[in-house]
Amino acid sequence: MAIAEMAGREKLLKFLDKSIAADATTDIIYMMCPMHLLTLQERIKELKVGQVLAILTDYDGALEDIPAWCGKTGNEFVGVLESPDYYSFYVKKLKE
Amino acid sequence: MEKIYLDHVATNPMHPEALEAMLPFLKEDFGNPLSLYPPGAKAKEAIEGARGSVASLINAKPNEIIFTASGAESNNFALRGIALALQNKGKHIIVSKVEHHSILNSARFLEKSGFAATYLPVDKSGLVDPDSVQKAITKETVLISIIHASPEVGTIEPIAEIAKIAKKNNIFFHTDAVASAGNIPVDVRELGVDALSMTAHQFYGPKGAGALYLKEGTRIVPLIYGGIQEGGRRAGTENVPAIAGMGKAAELAKRDMGKRSDYVKTLRDKLISSVLSKITNVYLTGHPEQRLPGHASFVVEYIEGEAMLLLLSAKGIYVASGSACSSKALKASPVLLSLGIPSHLAQGSVVFTLGEGTKEQEIDFLIETFPQIISRLREISPYSKGWEGTEDGTCTAKK
Repeated sequence: MAIAEMAGREKLLKFLDKSIAADATTDIIYMMCPMHLLTLQERIKELKVGQVLAILTDYDGALEDIPAWCGKTGNEFVGVLESPDYYSFYVKKLKE
Repeated sequence: MEKIYLDHVATNPMHPEALEAMLPFLKEDFGNPLSLYPPGAKAKEAIEGARGSVASLINAKPNEIIFTASGAESNNFALRGIALALQNKGKHIIVSKVEHHSILNSARFLEKSGFAATYLPVDKSGLVDPDSVQKAITKETVLISIIHASPEVGTIEPIAEIAKIAKKNNIFFHTDAVASAGNIPVDVRELGVDALSMTAHQFYGPKGAGALYLKEGTRIVPLIYGGIQEGGRRAGTENVPAIAGMGKAAELAKRDMGKRSDYVKTLRDKLISSVLSKITNVYLTGHPEQRLPGHASFVVEYIEGEAMLLLLSAKGIYVASGSACSSKALKASPVLLSLGIPSHLAQGSVVFTLGEGTKEQEIDFLIETFPQIISRLREISPYSKGWEGTEDGTCTAKK
């Protein structure tokens, strides 16, 4: 991967230094690809515009996929918090 | 000659309605549940319907049911999947000595993977003492698994009491309910269990369909990685016909459980009292009252279980001796030995398990035939004068 591309991805990632309040949390730790995207797609439907969904996962591919999914679907990728065993991704619903 | 099947704990004939529920999915409705077109949707609908029926049988929520291929898979999945998911919290598990091999061997696998395991003893009726569970708990304990009902001796364990101890200590609790679910009331909320294994062929469903109840929100490491089936927790195209059959069998079990249970219990009690009164030196194994309704298990002195099985089979009566695998391996059952039954007696194990199709005249025929078989075998038994040299576990005939 080109350095410029990596830098771009890191910028997209937005690492957080503390957790933020979420309106719903879904725990898919130990679930592999593509459960992070399927769950995200399903759970976001249940939220209202402006609400935040937290997804807990230990799947590394989510670092690339979740921000990209947000970009593609027009939702906001709020950021990701790294814990020793898993990541917490925060996604804000921007449209129905 | 009429055949008399009295090995319902090994497996059961399918209920005709369960078979009927499977047939469309073996024929015209063969779609893959993940396919987006109508045949796929039909298969998916069958799976979700069955999930609802299985959940209802044990008072769980449908999303708490994961379909597997067998009770053994459910047990492996629970033990290994939960222990691995919790290993950062601690690396000690507790099981009993009367568990099925799918639990015991999973525990041994975990021991090889760096966990410590405690194997709890049982009393002479096969009961686990809840106090012994409390005493075995350490700071490292993350998982306790105790069998609900023993397929070998029929004893029903005090699961609700043990689950309370687990909960009080914030430890995950699983029970192997393969022999009990569908045969006696099993309510995951009343029992207070976090996970429970079951299988369809124990309640007149097909082989090849099992389920694991997993309390909502539980993390588990999958045994099988791949697709998104069962919420990404158990990959592989679903066995749609078997799952549909399991759903129907669960529905029927819920409806008919009381009737089935009362029926086999009456016959079982008749069988137990007749065997104990008509044959000398025969002992009931397991708990006298707290036992599966259709389960009558004995050890018969001076005779080997295999000999009884063969002569009964020659009369058209099919029964078991010890566990199915112990039977094949010609070994004294570790479960019987853990009840404190001496090895020479454990060799003479015979297990009769009754089902809804068992007729009273079949039990009468058994009651008439079995004592004759025992007399014949004792006449030719090299052990008829007794045993000696059993201290090291080997048995020799008294001269």
